[in-house]
Amino acid sequence: MSDLLAARGQMAMSLAFHIIFAVLGIGMPLLMVLAEREWMRTGETVWLDLAKRWAKGTAILFAIGAVSGTVLSFELGLLWPGFMEYAGAIIGMPFSLEGFAFFTEAIFLGVYLYGWNRLTPRAHWWSGVAVTVSGMISGVFVVLANAWMNAPTGFRLVDGRPVDIDPIAAMLNPAALPQALHLTLAAVAATGIAIAGISAVALRRDPTDLVHRAALRLALWVAVPASLLQVVSGDLSAKFLAEHQPVKLAAMEGHFETARGAALRIGGIPDEAASTTRYAIEIPRMLSVLAFGDPNAEVKGLEAVPRDEWPPVLITHLAFQVMVGLGTLMAFASLWVVVCWVRRRDVVEDRRLLTLLAWLMPAGFIAVEAGWVVTEVGRQPWIIHGVMRTADAVTPMPGLAAPFALFTLLYLFLGAVVCWLLWTQIVKGHAHA
Amino acid sequence: MPEASPLAVGIATLVMVALNAYVVLGGADFGAGVWDLLARGPRAERQRAAIADGIGPIWEANHVWLIFVVVLLFSCFPPVYAHLSTVLHIPLTLMLVGVVLRGSAFTFRAYDSTDSPVQRQWGRIFAVSSTVTPVLLGMCVGANASGALAVPADGDFVTRYVAPWLSPFTVTIGLLGLAVFAFLAAVYLAVEITEPELQEDFRAMALRAAVAVALLALAGLWFGRGTFAEVTAALTGRPLTLLFQTLTAIAAVTTLVALWRRRYRVAQGAAILQVSGIVWGWGYAQYPALVPGVHTIGSAAAPAITLRLVAIGTAVGLVILLPSLAYLFRLFKAETTRPFVRVDTAEHPVPTPPRASR
Ligand code: HDD
Ligand code: HEM
Ligand code: HEM
Repeated sequence: MSDLLAARGQMAMSLAFHIIFAVLGIGMPLLMVLAEREWMRTGETVWLDLAKRWAKGTAILFAIGAVSGTVLSFELGLLWPGFMEYAGAIIGMPFSLEGFAFFTEAIFLGVYLYGWNRLTPRAHWWSGVAVTVSGMISGVFVVLANAWMNAPTGFRLVDGRPVDIDPIAAMLNPAALPQALHLTLAAVAATGIAIAGISAVALRRDPTDLVHRAALRLALWVAVPASLLQVVSGDLSAKFLAEHQPVKLAAMEGHFETARGAALRIGGIPDEAASTTRYAIEIPRMLSVLAFGDPNAEVKGLEAVPRDEWPPVLITHLAFQVMVGLGTLMAFASLWVVVCWVRRRDVVEDRRLLTLLAWLMPAGFIAVEAGWVVTEVGRQPWIIHGVMRTADAVTPMPGLAAPFALFTLLYLFLGAVVCWLLWTQIVKGHAHA
Repeated sequence: MPEASPLAVGIATLVMVALNAYVVLGGADFGAGVWDLLARGPRAERQRAAIADGIGPIWEANHVWLIFVVVLLFSCFPPVYAHLSTVLHIPLTLMLVGVVLRGSAFTFRAYDSTDSPVQRQWGRIFAVSSTVTPVLLGMCVGANASGALAVPADGDFVTRYVAPWLSPFTVTIGLLGLAVFAFLAAVYLAVEITEPELQEDFRAMALRAAVAVALLALAGLWFGRGTFAEVTAALTGRPLTLLFQTLTAIAAVTTLVALWRRRYRVAQGAAILQVSGIVWGWGYAQYPALVPGVHTIGSAAAPAITLRLVAIGTAVGLVILLPSLAYLFRLFKAETTRPFVRVDTAEHPVPTPPRASR
């Protein structure tokens, strides 16, 4: 394995690991404070029980999120010193602000977890709100840094060096809004659908289980709107790509030849050597409509750029199909729930809906991982789109396969332990309230 | 070499402040793990419980200081961050493994209430990684202070990636870091604990650690003779160097006397001063070099606009942060009787639910 490949593997693995906890770190506190709010409103202990269970889950997840995030902040330098030396001054700003958001989150999480009987219920609830808000803000700040890698702005290139740096302009790059929105919705939708799925499994066995009924209700409150909005926000992201990263979009779609009135491909297998995508279902003119809102618009194909600037087309395309496929299913399930609500029908009575939700339990997380693969692999061979190649950013340190193997083993182990702990302590765990 | 702007010096000072906070707060968390490892005798289990309770609510927050240091470095002195993480790749990677294992084992131990043998294993992992991690951190600092990180670009693997951080001096500084952290932890625990027996235990631990700190500091001076920091300090004859050393020495003696006479609050204050004195003494001695022989504050600083924005961001951030932090500490650390409740202990009373009608 080449050192560059090992570095990419290690970065991808660390981020793929961290993002699970980051997403849960945004979604779980939200559910937790909503449950506590219900308890304060109704005085029914089932809500307090839920809030406490979820708080416990949040604590475990937060700790792993924090350590894996610490690893990432070092890895940016350990693996990509060339990138950091170049970009540090430009995108350090969102990272520094993120630092404060983390700090606030960590502080109030401490207050929340250990303060159940030291604070008034109201103060306690507000500390939960502080955790939720700062978690969301921290997620947004990191994503702003990532968005800059997709749409680098806020500097001028002179002899290959950045001058006239403007960190604010860099932070407010064109990718910032679509990505931040899409990610925050993803976090809420993924967590909500997962909790709804877990509850659905339990309710299929025992429809009278009060705790899981409450959990399902709350999870759907957040998951349904987020999943529906996600489709709209995904469309916004695609429009951004059409304008700023046409090569990535072409790879996502398996679209090789520049064409007017381009067709949308669903499924299929792109063949880079032959420059075609086989076995896809094609919807005529749809890609032009989705990308530019005009059935005759021209959509650039991969062949518009030299081959050494193509991202891995197959991976990008398949990952995109996975994300959109799952997103569509999640939106479909959400619509179904809305129909139940409108007809005042109890969701728990609809066994087919419960079955669908149970199957969708991991869907949001798979979609999150797939979406990141689209973003990151689709940007290749650039680490900073159009400015710096990934190969020029990697550390000169040889033997990178060793740390890659080390962290892979470590994360496999941690992942297994976390799953087991959450299972025994939170899902099956007896309630303490 | 470019002159450093006052702003750049200010940000470098901020890095030192964050590092100092990490040593004084996060360091004690590591030290607590060391005592967990060393806990012996009839009261070992009670000592471990006291340690876990002391760390519980605040340890997450304490570790964010390290992230601050990293973030400030890569935004404001990007070449320094790139250089350090290249040359120190190996010890930093190992340190990260320690950070990961330590953080997760601590949490797993707290939440895994299934059976005690598994919990004991988590405790062991927590304790061992708490001990190894500070040594690696200290070695990195020592390597930088000694000027060994000015490596030739064309050397072989060992010259470039191993020799700079592996020497008698760096190992001594690594052990010194460990001893300092253990010392802080024992002093803090002695302040916090109310049970007289345990308090005596922690006092004895603090005294032992103080001796280790003194011996290792002397060893560090011996191995460090002729290294960068010492040479610059001697060459420039900075008056403040002497001041830092004197203050550190006075604080050290005060800590010892206070510990001896069981004046724990005084000991805590003096210990913090003593350790901060070591940190600032080192920083001042190598000023204005950030990586001696490679980068100074002036040569490595990011453009003024970045520095200014980070400074403004920090100021605004601190307005939110400091009151929150004060609140956290007041909530959990102010009182001397601390009936600590773990989130997962079932027996604590449920707060009275507010009336639904309200
Ligand atoms: C619950 C998770 C989830 C779901 C259901 C969807 N996405 Fe997504 N998507 C993500 C989670 C995600 C993500 C992991 O959060 C990404 C990676 C980077 C980002 O900002 O969001 C992403 C990226 C991403 C990008 C690339 C943005 C870029 O590279 O700048 C596009 C074009 C879409 N998405 C489009 C969609 C569409 C059309 C969906 C229709 C249903 C959709 N996503 C559902
Ligand atoms: C958390 C979700 C994320 C995931 C799952 C993810 C995934 C990946 C993947 C798969 C790669 C390897 C791409 C390749 O080499 O083919 C990669 C590379 C990289 N990512 Fe991300 N990424 C995420 C977020 C971010 C963010 C927020 C940043 C920065 C602010 C970032 C910075 C990088 C860098 C610097 C590289 C290495 C260079 C490169 O390959 O382009 N990533 N990531
Ligand atoms: C290169 C990419 C990334 C870096 C360097 C990074 C860095 C970090 C660090 C240092 C922490 C620990 C902070 C603490 O101790 O509280 C952390 C936690 C966290 N990160 Fe990341 N992160 C990255 C990607 C992401 C992404 C893409 C998200 C988006 C959602 C995210 C969201 C969070 C959140 C919400 C936490 C709080 C911990 C939790 O709730 O689990 N991070 N991250």
